[in-house]
Amino acid sequence: MVGLLPQILFGVILVAGIGYFARNVKRLSRNIKLGKDVDVSDNKPQRWKNMARIALGQTKMVVRPIAGFLHVIVYVGFIIINIEVLEIIIDGLFGTHRVFAPLGTIYNVLIGSFEILAFLVIIAVVVFWLRRNIIRIKRFLNPEMKGWPKQDGNLILYIELILMFLFLTMNGADYQLQQLGAEHYTVAGSFPVSQYIAVLFQGVSESSLILIERTAWWLHIVGILLFLNYLYYSKHLHILLAFPNTYYGKLKPKGQFPNLEAVTAEVKLMMDPSADPFAAPAEDAADPEKFGASDVMDLNWVQLLNAYTCTECGRCTSECPANQTGKKLSPRKIMMDTRDRLEEVGKNIEANKGTFTDDNKQLLGDYISHEEIWACTSCNACVEACPVSIDPLSIIMDMRQYLVMEQSAAPSDLNNMMGNIENNGAPWPFNQMDRLNWVEES
Amino acid sequence: MSNETKVPTMAELFAEGKQPEVLFWVGCAGSFDDRAKKITKAFVKILQSAKVSFAVLGTEESCTGDPAKRAGNEFLFQMQAVTNIEVMNAYGIKKVVTACPHCFNTLKNEYPGLGGDYDVVHHTQFLSQLLTDGRITMEGGKYKGKRITFHDPCYLGRANNVYEAPRELIQKLDAELVEMKNCKKRGLCCGAGGAQMFKEPEKGNKDVNIERTEQALETQPEIIAAACPFCNTMMTDGVKNKEKEAAIAVMDIAELIASAQDL
Repeated sequence: MVGLLPQILFGVILVAGIGYFARNVKRLSRNIKLGKDVDVSDNKPQRWKNMARIALGQTKMVVRPIAGFLHVIVYVGFIIINIEVLEIIIDGLFGTHRVFAPLGTIYNVLIGSFEILAFLVIIAVVVFWLRRNIIRIKRFLNPEMKGWPKQDGNLILYIELILMFLFLTMNGADYQLQQLGAEHYTVAGSFPVSQYIAVLFQGVSESSLILIERTAWWLHIVGILLFLNYLYYSKHLHILLAFPNTYYGKLKPKGQFPNLEAVTAEVKLMMDPSADPFAAPAEDAADPEKFGASDVMDLNWVQLLNAYTCTECGRCTSECPANQTGKKLSPRKIMMDTRDRLEEVGKNIEANKGTFTDDNKQLLGDYISHEEIWACTSCNACVEACPVSIDPLSIIMDMRQYLVMEQSAAPSDLNNMMGNIENNGAPWPFNQMDRLNWVEES
Repeated sequence: MSNETKVPTMAELFAEGKQPEVLFWVGCAGSFDDRAKKITKAFVKILQSAKVSFAVLGTEESCTGDPAKRAGNEFLFQMQAVTNIEVMNAYGIKKVVTACPHCFNTLKNEYPGLGGDYDVVHHTQFLSQLLTDGRITMEGGKYKGKRITFHDPCYLGRANNVYEAPRELIQKLDAELVEMKNCKKRGLCCGAGGAQMFKEPEKGNKDVNIERTEQALETQPEIIAAACPFCNTMMTDGVKNKEKEAAIAVMDIAELIASAQDL
């Protein structure tokens, strides 16, 4: 029974880790579903292609070669090294040790490549840390990155660093035990990196080595489970959500903004000569739809998925013409605010037994200011820059619609412009009948 | 006014029972803005010299609704769109060309959903096609070896992935095309889009057009080529701000071609 204790403990930790993660996935999906429905069922082949190219193939990451290359290392390392996690889980549950060892040469190649990748990941993570904290790259220093977002970014790097060190320490101790011919530690694997750690273990007693190896093994797997559960609370969800997000990303030309159907219905009614302008609405008519967005529930669920996918890299903000010239607008902040507000709404729902209770707050005004919304040139630089197909511009445009059509709160210059279009069919106060005057002018 | 520069309207042609090859959508800037009117005229001269049968809507044309839509007034946009579509459909319009990327984007992408389905091209695409078809010939002459940098309009480039047509035309002028550090997909906005043209900018430390002009000046150009009336205004203002207007001209691609041909 005592011999089974580690296996039972392992099972409990595993179930708890995955169970808590499942709970967070449920929350995540509930929050995303607060968004309005949007039809994204079209052109599936193109959507799969985009996911393969952009998320799996990292094509937009490498637009910036240094960060892109380092990211590819961490990304490949993350995926490949997880094969090792499978072995760890089987070993943990069944009390085996290096259960895949009978694969022989393949196993040696696998473990060897994990080690090299782990080493490269350590280098990449160190460079990432230097970029954030010593070189202080501008896009990591914007006002929205103060406090938690900055800590979060560093914390993720520390966790990755620790996990890689634990993995290599575990292997180093294992390798040394194999050489000592310790019972249970069958000779298997190749250790191109951890052999140098094993050197440090020379002269250490077998029992101490086993203690080191077991400690590293346990901390490594517990660390991975903790990291899995940290995702929901951090900006790091992109490692999962980048895939659906690129799948559901915009397929139409970037300049094409959706035509609001609710407005089309109204316009058709206005243009219809046989429509009765004084007709009372039908008894069973639904409340008129709210135009545009002032809170997260007014956005569609893909926009909310966007918010959870954002990893705050800031490429959007660094390409934004408004931000570059010192305006308050930062597309990254639009995404961060959307997520923060969505989380707040989610917590409100949990605290109120499943229904949202008005908290006198909303995304527009309490999180995103009008000044930010009006500074946008709709140039699509942020959309183009995003490596995972997030569309901050669509949120800005939805909020402008709310401000103009629900609140009549456009800047007065724009009201003049719109008045001109309404009165004389041009944004300037020129007579429509003068439209052809240019022909006669020399 | 000589017959040579006669610009037919759809109404006139319709009365004669004729259908032109293409509708030239002039746009509000092209109709009313003094600087943009020169672009309109240059483009018309090329169309005429290439013997393209075209017409304009004239007083029947109205704003596409682009600035209203980008400002958030979907209602006004759709009112404009539906009215314009009614006019164009009544004339049985098939193909539209415009020198304004904002009109281009709206007509091409946002009108079909409201019942206006046309083959819409930007004037740089149209000119490039005329060249391919041998309907116009271009000899650099005047522009041979000149350093020209091209500013990508957001609504032509990123919004609709048209990057090559304007560049091909510049190269056909035997000019030396020099690229800014931010070009094509990463081109920096001139600052006019999203209805910014019609309002004061928010508080910041610089105007967007100044930033973009600085990028253009880094290439030490003799000419900054534009393909949008609003970009043209913004870049012209930028060059004036830097007191370089005597040395550097801001010109539309259509103007370059028209003047290379001495039209």
